[in-house]
Order: sequence, then C-alpha cells, then structure tokens
Amino acid sequence: MPVAPAVTDLEQLKNHPAVARLLAWNAAAVVGAKFDREEMTVYVERPFLREACVLLRDDSDCAFNFLSDVTCVDWYPSEPRFEVVYHLFSIPRKERVRLKVKLSGDAPAVESVTSVWPAANYFEREVFDLFGIRFTGHPYLRRLLMPEDWEGHPLRKDYPVEGYR
Amino acid sequence: MAHLSTTPVLEPGQDKTLILNMGPQHPSTHGVLRVILEIDGENIVRIMPDIGYLHTGIEKTCEAKFYQQVVPLTDRIDYLCPLTNNLCYVLAVEKLLGLELPAKAQWLRVLMNELTRINSHLVWLGTHAMDIGAMTVFLYCFREREDILRLFEAASGQRMMTSYFRIGGVALEPPIGFFDRVRDFAKRFPACVDEYENLLTNNPIWGMRTKGVARITAEDAIALGASGPTLRGSGVDLDLRRDAPYSGYENFKFKVPVSTGGDVFARYMCRVQELRESNAIVQQALDGMPEGPIKADAPKVVLPDREKMKTQMEALIYHFKIITEGFAVPEGEVYQAVESPRGEMGYYVVSDGTAKPYRVHMRAACLANMQTLPAMCEGKLIADVVAAIGSIDIVLGEIDR
Repeated sequence: MPVAPAVTDLEQLKNHPAVARLLAWNAAAVVGAKFDREEMTVYVERPFLREACVLLRDDSDCAFNFLSDVTCVDWYPSEPRFEVVYHLFSIPRKERVRLKVKLSGDAPAVESVTSVWPAANYFEREVFDLFGIRFTGHPYLRRLLMPEDWEGHPLRKDYPVEGYR
Repeated sequence: MAHLSTTPVLEPGQDKTLILNMGPQHPSTHGVLRVILEIDGENIVRIMPDIGYLHTGIEKTCEAKFYQQVVPLTDRIDYLCPLTNNLCYVLAVEKLLGLELPAKAQWLRVLMNELTRINSHLVWLGTHAMDIGAMTVFLYCFREREDILRLFEAASGQRMMTSYFRIGGVALEPPIGFFDRVRDFAKRFPACVDEYENLLTNNPIWGMRTKGVARITAEDAIALGASGPTLRGSGVDLDLRRDAPYSGYENFKFKVPVSTGGDVFARYMCRVQELRESNAIVQQALDGMPEGPIKADAPKVVLPDREKMKTQMEALIYHFKIITEGFAVPEGEVYQAVESPRGEMGYYVVSDGTAKPYRVHMRAACLANMQTLPAMCEGKLIADVVAAIGSIDIVLGEIDR
C-alpha cells in the first residue's frame, strides 16, 4: 500500500518526451521535474511558459493538443507564493503532463495561453477571479464566477472561509 | 484560430444590432445561465454566456473539511450525476493514499456509475427534447429515470445526493434483491430506448430542428477544450473509460459511439447510443459481479462495520479517530480524470500531509464545453441557441461550483 517515493531528479526523467523536448529546446526553461504517483510534472520558468506550451502542442512526439485544466495553488505564507498548474492531455497518445509555474505573491502575473489553446479563456478567467493572478495577453480578463464588483480573491489562503471580511 | 476569438465585448446600438438578455431565469437554460445575445433581426451577431449565478465556493469549503467530509459536497456539484463526482474524488484520494480496492467495490462502482450515466442522459434527453418542442419524450424519460432513482434509494438511502462511494470502498452492501431489480431494469431498458428513438430519430420535425444546426468542427472542439459527447459528436474518438481506464473499466467491453456530423443531431445520436452501451456495461457488471469485501483493508482510513465497532475495542478506537480527527494523507498532488456523462471531469487534489485537503479543484466538463457555444451559434438564428444549449448538456451547478 505505501506510495513509491517521488522521483525529482531531472537526470532520471529526461527521457520523458515532454522533458526531453523542453530541454532540447531551451535548458534554461526547465526548472525541475517530478514523477509522482504515475504523474509527470514539469516546472517551467515563467518567461518561457507560452512558448513551451506551443512546443508541447505542436511537437509530434508530445502532441499535447488538449488543455484539460488550468488552476492555481496558494502556498501562503511561503514564497514564491503561487503555483499556476496546467494539465495537458494528448488525444493521439492518451498521455498527460502537468506544467507548473511559480509566481511571487507580489503582483503575480504570467503570460496567457489563450493563443495556444482557446480553451484557456474560461480557466484563466476563473484563476484570475479566485486567486488574482494576472494573465498578460488574455483578451478579456474579467471576473468569471464572482460578481463584477467583488473585492478580494476568495481562494487565497488569507481569505477567510466563513464570516465577513 | 482567429475565428475562435474570445473578445465578447458587446457594444449596443451600432445602427441595427440589439442586445438581448436570455436568462438568468429562462426555462431552456437549465438552471441559472444568462446568455447575452447581440442580434440583428433574428440572426445572432455575437453571443456571450454569463455564468456564476450558482457559485457557492465549494472548492474553498473543501479546504476546511476532512477528506471524508468532502464526499457529500461532491454530490452537489453536478446534481445529475452525483455518483460520477463521488467516484472521481474518491479515486483521487485513493491514489494519494495508494489504496488498493477489492474487486467487488470496483465493480459496484462501475455498475452504479453507469446507472448514473443513464439517469443523467435521460434527464438530458427529456429536457432537450422538450426545449425543442417534443413534449412527450420528457414523460417517457422520467418514467425510466424514476426506476433508477428508486435503485439508488435502495442501495444508498438517497435518491439523488447519494454519497454512496467512500474513500476505500462503498458505503453499504446493496440490499438483498438489489441485483435482481437492476437486472430487471437492464432487461427492459433497450426497448425503452427504442421507444425514444421511435419518437425522435426519424421524426422530420426533430430532424429539421437538429440536423445541420450549431455545427462545430473537430479542430475547434479540441481547441476549445470540449469533451464527452460534445467532442465525439464532431468525430473525435475519445473516451477516458477506454483510453485511460480507471476503477476496473478495462474489464468491460463496450463501444464508444462517435458521429461525424458535428451538429445537434450528431450529439443526440452519440448520447442515445451511449444509453445502450451503458446498459450493456450494467449487464456485464451484473453477470461478472465478484464476491468479497466492499471496502479496502485499511482500518485507519475506512470506517469499520457497525457490528465490529460495537464488539471490538480496536474498531471502536479507529472509528472514533476517523470521525474526530480524520486521517492524514501523504503529501503530494493528483489529477484524476473520469468520463462523466458530460465529458472529462477531473479532480485535482493537493495534500500537505494533514487530514484536510490543501486544495481541491474540480475540472468541470461543462465549463469547457460552454466555451463552444459562441463557435456554434454566431451567425445563426435565435431559435437555434436553445437547441445548441440543450445539445451541450449543461449543468450549472458544475459550471459555477
């Protein structure tokens, strides 16, 4: 029943197609990788995120043509505070990979991937709404679920679960 | 992909266009969806769904609950397929824990999950047909749906918010005679599907309202993140039950219906065929139902049987500990996706090693499918919007969470 320990050594994981492609393209873009519970995670440096996504979508060995999900995790009070998480799926190869970008708590922003997958539109708006992450280049970055005039971002860890703010 | 532009800035009154609000209270929006239409006569220039009216902050609530207390919350996300939500969440937590499930628990889950799919598709078919004007189908569909809800009630004590799947197994052994009732249902259900098809498939009015309406190409559907029948109706052969099996689906033989039309009729055909396939899976699950325990052997995670709790000291202690303190889940993160009746439903659960989830995120199939609405409707007629919304099969509870 015990879970096998996570593999975080980039050397051991460089044969995974997504990691191999990204390293061959730009070794500076990949901060690290993790293989845990049969799931692959690649940590990408913030400025390279959009281009890395284009590469993973178009490369024939990767073909991650389907954006499953974009979400965020708030690690308040540690820094870098936010992790934006992208779940990609390859319809031809039936495989998943998770991309992560770490953002600081001070004016967090990352480039939008709506130009890579239009599906990111609502996902990024939701993350903006609930976490206050700015997606630069998003065509219509407005609140999605909360009312337009709402103050604060409810899924941040410093936002109370109940009661008035 | 320029035609998938996501700038829905609607500006009124450039001579001949008009802004029209459809919803939030409109019978064909299946809940509280507001659609803002910019129209030129009967033609739609632009369309923008406005969501969030049912937002309840479930993801935030989950962070304040023990892992086992989240299960009843997942029921309430997508109230047409509560068991699929239960399944996806418990699979994610079991993956975090590294739990192995006994065969009977897995098969029971498949059985109940497919009954849920039939239930959900029946509600969809009834309401979708009623939106377009075929009233009778609704009554037929709800007749069979009632049977399924009675089965759920027999197994779990609840008709809709079942919470039947628990971390490490299922809540209860099904009552005596339950499998016979399911078998009886599965035997007569194909004839019921024939009945629905008799009313609709070759009906010329149904054809005129659905064929060639709200078309979307496979490329656009993939780019916009559509999944489930909305994607398969455009000819993309993707079903997570077959392509990324979970909960023992690899033991079942079933076809994945795909249509290439990309219109409302194609999505209708996909779902109607799925009714038959799901029924076939139910029959296979009944025929091969293994014997054995329904819960994993993990006393620190799974609640003990009532009988043991009353007679054995150790079981009582575990019971007390799980209820009062929950159980710690090893650090890590998991994304578990299942094929819900609407498409890819995913749960992303992050654990920080405590008894409460650090973060639970639900990937709602409907939220992504909703994004295809502008691509389907722009340049078409207002009357087709109703058909398009129905054909995506939206559940606002899931979209807004």
